[in-house]
Amino acid sequence: MIRLEKRPQPSKAWTVLTPILAVILTMIFGGIMFGLIGTSPVEAIRTIFWDPLFHPQFANFSRPQLLVKAGPLILIAIGLSIGFRAGIWNIGAEGQYIIGAICGAGAGLALYPMESALILPLMVVAGALGGWAWAMIPALLKVKFGTNEILVSLMLVYVAENLLASVSSGLLRNPEGMGFPGSRNLSQWSSSQNLELIPNTGMHLGVLTAFIAVILAYVLLTRHIQGYNIRLTGEAPRAAKFSGVSPARTILFCLGLAGALAGMAGLFEVTGPAGQISIDFGSGYGFTAIIVAFLGRLHPVGILLAGLLMALTYIGGELAQLMLGVPGASIQLFQGMLLFFLLGVDVLTNYRVRFGAAEVA
Amino acid sequence: MDLSNINPILLVASIMISATPILLAAIGEMVVEKSGVLNLGVEGMMITGAVIGFIIAINTGSPLLGFATAAIAGAVLSLAFGVLTQIFLSNQVATGLGLTLVGLGLSSLLGKPYEGQKTVTLPKLDIPILSDLPVVGRMLFSHDIMVYVSLGIVVAVWAFLKHTRAGLILRAVGESHESAHALGYKVIRVRMLAIMFGGACAGLGGAYLSLVRVPQWTEGMTAGAGWIALAIVVFASWRAGRVLVGAYLFGGITVLQLNLQAAGMTWGVQYLSMSPYLITILVLVLISSNRSRGSHNAPANLGQTFHATR
Repeated sequence: MIRLEKRPQPSKAWTVLTPILAVILTMIFGGIMFGLIGTSPVEAIRTIFWDPLFHPQFANFSRPQLLVKAGPLILIAIGLSIGFRAGIWNIGAEGQYIIGAICGAGAGLALYPMESALILPLMVVAGALGGWAWAMIPALLKVKFGTNEILVSLMLVYVAENLLASVSSGLLRNPEGMGFPGSRNLSQWSSSQNLELIPNTGMHLGVLTAFIAVILAYVLLTRHIQGYNIRLTGEAPRAAKFSGVSPARTILFCLGLAGALAGMAGLFEVTGPAGQISIDFGSGYGFTAIIVAFLGRLHPVGILLAGLLMALTYIGGELAQLMLGVPGASIQLFQGMLLFFLLGVDVLTNYRVRFGAAEVA
Repeated sequence: MDLSNINPILLVASIMISATPILLAAIGEMVVEKSGVLNLGVEGMMITGAVIGFIIAINTGSPLLGFATAAIAGAVLSLAFGVLTQIFLSNQVATGLGLTLVGLGLSSLLGKPYEGQKTVTLPKLDIPILSDLPVVGRMLFSHDIMVYVSLGIVVAVWAFLKHTRAGLILRAVGESHESAHALGYKVIRVRMLAIMFGGACAGLGGAYLSLVRVPQWTEGMTAGAGWIALAIVVFASWRAGRVLVGAYLFGGITVLQLNLQAAGMTWGVQYLSMSPYLITILVLVLISSNRSRGSHNAPANLGQTFHATR
């Protein structure tokens, strides 16, 4: 008989090993899935995980994409992970990302065609504020009325998507765009463009911000009292209350931070890789970032690595679509499987597997 | 805008149609939550049910077979959630989110070849006498069978929870799994069955979208219906009767919004489309601020992992 015995403390070794185990399991079962839809499993896995980095023809194009995709994922996931640590489930990052982009782009476009080095910083601030404000809705409702933040933040994603559709064909539409929906191209306006800092690396301001966020989050969680309070709230809510940590302040801080980071990610995306506000601007980064946060064990360094890995599956997925004709949705399923396997093998971190019958106490 | 184009008889009839998918998903989720499990994967199970039901119906020509397979597909998918949360003791919130992501990916993978195709939908029932009644007949008694099945499920769930011993055990497991375990009830088995029932209901709800309500398959067609179903369970404060009221209320908002669009309301189509979500938030606020009956009623062990130490 197999039974589980709770460990007094989560195993350090398994904390590191479980994500690797989950990736291997996903490769195996993903391979089977690709086999079922008629693609060679080995070739599919190689195209997703190996070719984007080392393929003689494509790697030059796809390697910079790694940072471009990883940047927003890491930035959003860092914000989410801090909330998840405190048991605050913000799953509406996609909405905060969209609103951040709209607010930032709006602030910039209001000044068009002025030229100033201050415009991009202003847009970043506006983007962060937009995301922050959008996240404050579930935060304030939770604090004031005890409303479930999961449902409210998610409902606001749909509201944000409708707002996006509205502004891209109305308020922010390019007046010179011959009536097509979509804003002016922000990556072509020298005051707002968010260019690569080092050519051919994909390293733009957003990626840099993501790296800084990783460092600051690490400092916050390991060296700062606020980080300690957050972890305490998540692990022992009652103890946190008795020691004087205000649940309301923690909720406002965690959701606000996640919203601001997601809003900034949206702004960097709209001024760089995406270029403009358009109906299909929302790309699902906000949802994939949830996987990234868990895959990275809610730890800043882990999230950095997980973000890069998830970016790899995005690029590899596009490559597999192009070269092997694999449907795009299979990559989404692949990413979902990764989260599932991770949650499944996670039992090894917190429990010990024992064989044999239970002893009578 | 010409409001006179909105026919009240058709309006009520279409509210019933548009409420049925969320009603099915919500009543299933209510049973799951009553057993103390929070499954946030309703959206994923719904959309999987939608695509499987559509594929089977198109290939066999039988919508009823489509519904049956959709229910099975929803239950199988929820079983994955059950195994992870009940046996591997994973976090229910995270696993539920994962289930939604998996369901969305799986459905668009399976549904790709079927996009834009048409299927046979369920025939409207012609109930003798009742269907021929003036006004009421068109409003209430000329729907397809699934509308009545969904109402039947609501009554069955109410009776099961209130008047049967098994229902009492299920509620006991949800209120205090430790005590239920000490009394010798199989906590995990009860929860697994509840999770599968919830999955089957969500699958049916999804299939109703793709086979009757739309009826077509488009990627991401549930568009948050599963999440609204979750909100309705909170709205209903875990009572079957109020789930029915909630679902019909939300169905009403959706239909009214579509009717206003069709009646030629030109400004801000997007603002109308976001109204069901905004109203969901508003209702959640009203319910949770009223402490005397709102979250008060939640099963005490909702969302908590059970690990038998003895």
